[in-house]
Order: sequence, then structure tokens, then C-alpha cells
Amino acid sequence: MTQLTGTVALARFAARRDRRLIAGCVVALVLVVLASSSSLKGLYPTAADRARLAATLEDNPAVVALRGPARGLDTIGGLIAFQLGANGAVAVALLSLLLTGRYTRTDEERGRTELVRAAAVGRAAPPTAAVALVAAVDLVIGLGVAGALLAIGQPLAGSLALGASFAATGIVFAAVAAVAAQVTESARAAHGLAAAVLGIAYVLRAAGDVGDGTLSWLSPIGWGQATRPFAGERWWPLVLSLAATALLLAVAFALLARRDLGSGLIAPRPGSPVAGPRLATPVGFALRLQRGALVGWTVGLLLLGGAFGAVGADARSLLDTSSQLHDFFDRGGAGVVDAFLATTFVVGALVAAGFAIQSVLRLRGEESSGRAEPVLATAIGRGRWAGGHLAIAFGGAVVVQVATGLGTGVAYAARTGDAAQVPRLTAAALGQLPAVWVLAGLAVAAYGLAPRLGAVAWLALAGAVLVALLGPLLNLPDAVVDLSPFSHSPSLPGGSAAPPTLVALTAVAALLVAVGLAALGRRDISSGA
Amino acid sequence: MYDRPMAPAIEISGLVKTFGPTRALDGLDLTVRRGEVHGFLGPNGAGKSTAIRVLLGLLRADAGAARLLGGDPWADAVALHRRLAYVPGDVNLWPNLTGGEAIDVLGRLRGGLDPRRRAALLDRFELDPAKKGRTYSKGNRQKVALVAALAADVELLILDEPTSGLDPLMEEAFRTCVEERRAAGTTVLLSSHILAEVEALGDRVTIIRAGRAVESGTLADLRHLTRTSIVADTEQPPAGLGALAGVHDLHVQGDRARFDVDTSHLDEALRRLTQFGVRSLTSRPPTLEELFLRHYGDDLDGASADGAARDPAAAR
Repeated sequence: MTQLTGTVALARFAARRDRRLIAGCVVALVLVVLASSSSLKGLYPTAADRARLAATLEDNPAVVALRGPARGLDTIGGLIAFQLGANGAVAVALLSLLLTGRYTRTDEERGRTELVRAAAVGRAAPPTAAVALVAAVDLVIGLGVAGALLAIGQPLAGSLALGASFAATGIVFAAVAAVAAQVTESARAAHGLAAAVLGIAYVLRAAGDVGDGTLSWLSPIGWGQATRPFAGERWWPLVLSLAATALLLAVAFALLARRDLGSGLIAPRPGSPVAGPRLATPVGFALRLQRGALVGWTVGLLLLGGAFGAVGADARSLLDTSSQLHDFFDRGGAGVVDAFLATTFVVGALVAAGFAIQSVLRLRGEESSGRAEPVLATAIGRGRWAGGHLAIAFGGAVVVQVATGLGTGVAYAARTGDAAQVPRLTAAALGQLPAVWVLAGLAVAAYGLAPRLGAVAWLALAGAVLVALLGPLLNLPDAVVDLSPFSHSPSLPGGSAAPPTLVALTAVAALLVAVGLAALGRRDISSGA
Repeated sequence: MYDRPMAPAIEISGLVKTFGPTRALDGLDLTVRRGEVHGFLGPNGAGKSTAIRVLLGLLRADAGAARLLGGDPWADAVALHRRLAYVPGDVNLWPNLTGGEAIDVLGRLRGGLDPRRRAALLDRFELDPAKKGRTYSKGNRQKVALVAALAADVELLILDEPTSGLDPLMEEAFRTCVEERRAAGTTVLLSSHILAEVEALGDRVTIIRAGRAVESGTLADLRHLTRTSIVADTEQPPAGLGALAGVHDLHVQGDRARFDVDTSHLDEALRRLTQFGVRSLTSRPPTLEELFLRHYGDDLDGASADGAARDPAAAR
């Protein structure tokens, strides 16, 4: 098939380009699984310990919504699969879709695909090579996870099933990203589209697991969990993942054959021949450049919040109608649901921090592409230029946090009929805002000192995700946990807000911004191309 | 800081800029007088863009002095930028902004542009301002930057290889625009490796090589340093030309001689030729191209910069 000529060479080339990045991600993921699994083993050594824990977990719909169906919690393996399954699958899926997008639409947008395709390379080779490489990476992660579990003495079948469920989910999302790369012209939009599918898959699974399970069968994450690692393994759900991958790839190839290189499915329309009055202000200009991203993240978090709010309301009614459960949870249904929603607000805030960091690092993109140069050659200083983008990043963080809270509140109020929840939950979501600002501030400081340090902010976000989702499990020292700004955020709703802490977090963010802007004013602007 | 009325538009002396181990500028001197079109010539990587970025306050010089319109390019960047317009050599546009929007944004951030001149330039460069940035070809992206800069009412235009990607018709349109601006008293710094462009437009020229100015003066000044190419057919085979001072690249085939001669030694060479009975003779003043290639060639061979006599045949 000449369509695929050059696939192997391209896959090897991509692996060579990113060998450090890929190796780092694989090792980090496997190490996190290993560390948290062995920690779980130490925390609940006896069957009695595990039974006590299982009793608090398996009937709690809020926990099930976050983690997935509770199966085999009396075994260590079952506990591991329950605690790590959903988050691990999301992590592998995220890595897969980012890498696939990078080798497809990003290369195409930068003009590299044009160079490659002008050589003796088939039309379908670039996306095929991308998916093949990412699938190989996912398989290595799956084997690594299985190996880690075997190493701490878990049964072979369950270890392989958990590893396979991670790999299968990752491969499906590599194919999702391959389709997304055919649809949009911009790499950023392609990544956003694929990530939105991942968000929907997570929410479908959560809703399905709390309900009768039907919706979970619509989610690739659900297929992975349906292999039931350590709880009577089933292998046939993996066929669903493979079939979906094949189908998605067929769609991607069909779209690829129908479009021109460099274009998406939607033809670009002509725009305005003159600029509107607001466009020529630093903030207006930055808003225009970031508008699409801001709208995308806002809608995404509104929907994510809405899904969490709806699941929370369902959990609430489940808890309220079962008097046995109601008595069991000492805080009552409201307390359990508040704790659940507080956790989802942390998840939402971590997503919002992703928006804020991406938004700050637009500065880096503008600089490295050379687009900053003609702007800085006009009568606008570096401070005002950067200030425009930072206004969008920090102001946008407020918008997306409000969206999370509003989405959650409206969905929750719609199901429970309690309209007072809308302002209450919106305020609760805003409790996470200063922590989001701290990570955005870190991005400003890093970028200001040197553009390539911008990646530090993404590493910090990865660390904050780890601390927030696995901190208790990993038994991290307090000093490490305290490094994450989210460790200082109030647990809202339900907990109490500490205004001095919020002020302190905001001050740290402001300080980081000041450092970044001062450093930016002193250094060379790197040239484009 | 005050602006001396007679201060040169650009005054650079001993400018040094290093990037790690690379010395991009190595003691550059450059003076651009008010109202002149100054050609800034050099091969790729000679340091032209680095010098321009220092002038724009985007890079901070490691040593040496730079004055722009009487001000400090780093400290007074914003105030100075109101008085100049810049065209980068490699124009990258915002993918989701139209060309017209990009022109207006750049113009207004500088302090406004003349809408009539904008319309005239769009017309002259045959540019559709309603297309999105990502759909423009390289030449059209270049036109966007040119329209944005030329539509501004400024004292100084800094143009970094402004015609890259333009077709010959558009190059001609560009030349006309620069001529008009010169007539209006605008100073132009025109960086280029396209010699015909500088020959056609430049009042004075500075040639930069490896981060240092190797020649500076009017085009006529520079030709004094250069050679004339001679092709002569003689009645008898010419002999003894190779022994003359100032003769280079001599090729004798039967009774035809081809050689270059330093302009200062032209008279002796012609006297010698006439001894053999000249039947036909063509002499050609050197193009800047040849002048330039010689500087570039010297650079490659690591020889001195003064255009000293070298025989390429001997170098092989």
C-alpha cells in the first residue's frame, strides 16, 4: 500500500525526536503506580483492614463516581485497581492524545508535514506512524504497570488486566486524536477536541457507574474498567477498544483522503478587512488571540461542573432514600456530597490551572514564532504587551472557575430543587482561584526568566495533580504536599474558608508575576524561526 | 536625552553581541545619516538581523554604543518606536487574524496609520486584506508587514530583507514606495543580500561580514576599491599579463584574454594589451554582486578583508 510508504521511518523518527519526553512520561507513570500500589499494600495489610475500608467505599455513590465500580475491594489488587484505575486510564489517555496530536496536526500546522510528504511518503503515513508509535508507548506503559504489580506480589492475570486496560484506553484516545487532527486547522483546537472527548468519556463512566451501568459502556474508560482486574478478569472488553480504534482510524483515513494538506474540514472564511477599535489595545488584542481557547475551556468546565453537579445530586438522593446508608455516614448525605463536590472542585481547578498556564505561555508562543517582534517594534512596551495576555490568563481563570461552580450549582439545583446551591457552589469553586493563580504566576516567572523554562509550570501542575489525587495514598511528606498551592485551598463546600490563606496565595501569585515581568524587561527577546 | 537635529538617524560603534560561544556582532560600526537610504549588505548569518534587533531594543548589546534617532534603543524603546516602522525578514502572522486586522493592529499600536495611504498600498501590492493570516503565502505575509510599515508616518524605516518572497513586479512596487519615502525625507535602513535592490535604492552602503563592517561608503566609493572585468581579442596571443600588478583571474585562450584588474592598475593593463593589437574589447564595471561575493569568499577562506589580490586557481 503506497499510502503507508514511510510509516516505519516516520515512527522511528518521532521516537528519536522525543525519546527523553516519552521515556520520562513512561517511567513517571509506572513509578507512580508502583509507589501508590505498594503504599496501599502497607496501609491495608490484612483482609479485616480492607473489609473495613471497603464498607466505607463501595456503597458511597460519590466515591464510585470519582473512581469507578467497586469490585474485589477485599483484595489488595482490587483496591489498587479501584484507587488507580480511572485516574491512571485518564493519564495514559491524555499522554496518548497529546503525543498523537503533536505528530499529526502540530507538524502539519508548522509546515513540517509538507516537507515530509514531499518525500517518498504516503498520505496516510504520518497519522499511522503517530498512532503506531503512541500505541507502542501505551503497550510499554501497560507492561510496566503489570510488571510493577507483579513485583509487589500481585496475581499475574489481574496485573496484566490492569496494564492492558490502561494501554487499551490510551490506544483508543490516540485514534481519537488522529480523527481530531483531521477536523481542525489549528493544533490547539485539535488537542482541545480530543481532550473534550476524554472529558465526556470520564463523565459518561461516572454517570454510568453511579446509575445502572449502561452509560459506562459508551466510554472507552468504562471498557478498560470492564476487564475487572483482580475481580474475575474478563478479556473480551479489550476487543471493544480495538474495534473502536480500528473504526476511528478508518474515519481518520477517510477524512484525510478528502482534505488538502494544511486545511481542516471547515473552509476558512474571509474576515474583516479592517480591525475593530478594541483590537488595537493590548488586552483586546490578547483576547482576540485567546478567544477560542477561553470559550472552549469555559464551556468544557461548565459541562464538567454540570456533570459533577448532576452526579452529586444523584448521590444525594441515593443516600437520602437509603436510611441504612444515611445512618452509616456520620455526616449524613449532605456531608458526603459536599466532600464529593469539594473533591470535584479540586479536579476542576487543576483543569483550570491547565487553561491558565496555557494562556500565560501564549507569550512564549508569540515570542518563539516571531510574531512578538513586530508588535514589540511598535510603541508598546514589553510590560503592556505581556500585560494584555496576563489579563486574559488571570481574568480567564476567574471566568473558568465561575463556569465550574455555576455548572455544578445549576445542575445540582435542577435535580434537588434547591436554588440556593447555585451561589453557594459558585462561591465554593472560587475558593480554588488563588491556587490556580499561583500556578499561572509560576508560569509567568518561569517564562520571564527564560522562555524555555515555561515547561516548569507544566511540571508543577503535574506535581499538583499527583499530590491532590494520590497524595494521601503515596504518603508524601508534608513538606512536599505543602508545595502544592491546592493543599492550602479551602475544602469547599462543607469546609471553612480561611481568608488569610487565600490572601497569602494571591500575594504569592502577584509576587511571581512581578518577578516574571521584571525579568522579561531585562532579557533578550528571542528571534523567530 | 535631547535630539540633536543633525544627529545621524543611526549611530553604532563597536557593537558586540554574543549568543553563548557565537559572536554575532563583533565590533560593528554603522552610521546612517538622516534622509538617506542606507543599504546594509551581508550574507546570511553576517549579523544584519542581530544588529537590527539591538536597534529595536529587543536584544541588549554586550558592549559598544548604539544611538537611534538620538536616543538609547534599549531604554527609550517605546518613545523611539513611535518614530519608526519595522519590517522583519521572516513575517509570521496570527493565523486567525486577517491581514487587514494585522496591519491595523501594528499601525495603531505604533500610534496610528494613514488610512488613505493604507488603501493605496493595499492596491499597489494587490493584497486582499480580508484573508486570514494562515491562508497567506510567504510573499503575501511579507506584503502585510510592508503595508503596515509603509502606511505609517514615521521618520525611520527599518527593513530587514523586505523583498524576500516578493515577485519581480512587487519588488518594483516596493522600490517605488521606498523612492517616494526618500523623497519625503524618510530615512531608510535597508538590509539585504539582494544586491540589485541596494544598487537601485541605496545612497550609501555598509557591508557587514562576520559581525563587523568591512566597507562603508557610497556605491561610487566602493567601486573605487574594486576591479574591472576585461575581455579582449588581440591579433597576436597576449603574453605577460600575469606578471602585471593588479591583474587577477587571468584566462588566456589563444588570442582571447579574460581578466579582472584593480581599477588603480587599469591603465598599465590596457597599455600592455594594445601591444598585441586589440581587435575587440569589452570592459564591465563590477556589479555589487562580484564585490560582495569577494567579501564573502574571503570570509570563507579566512583571508584578510581588504580584498587583497588572490588567485582562486592557486587556492584550489
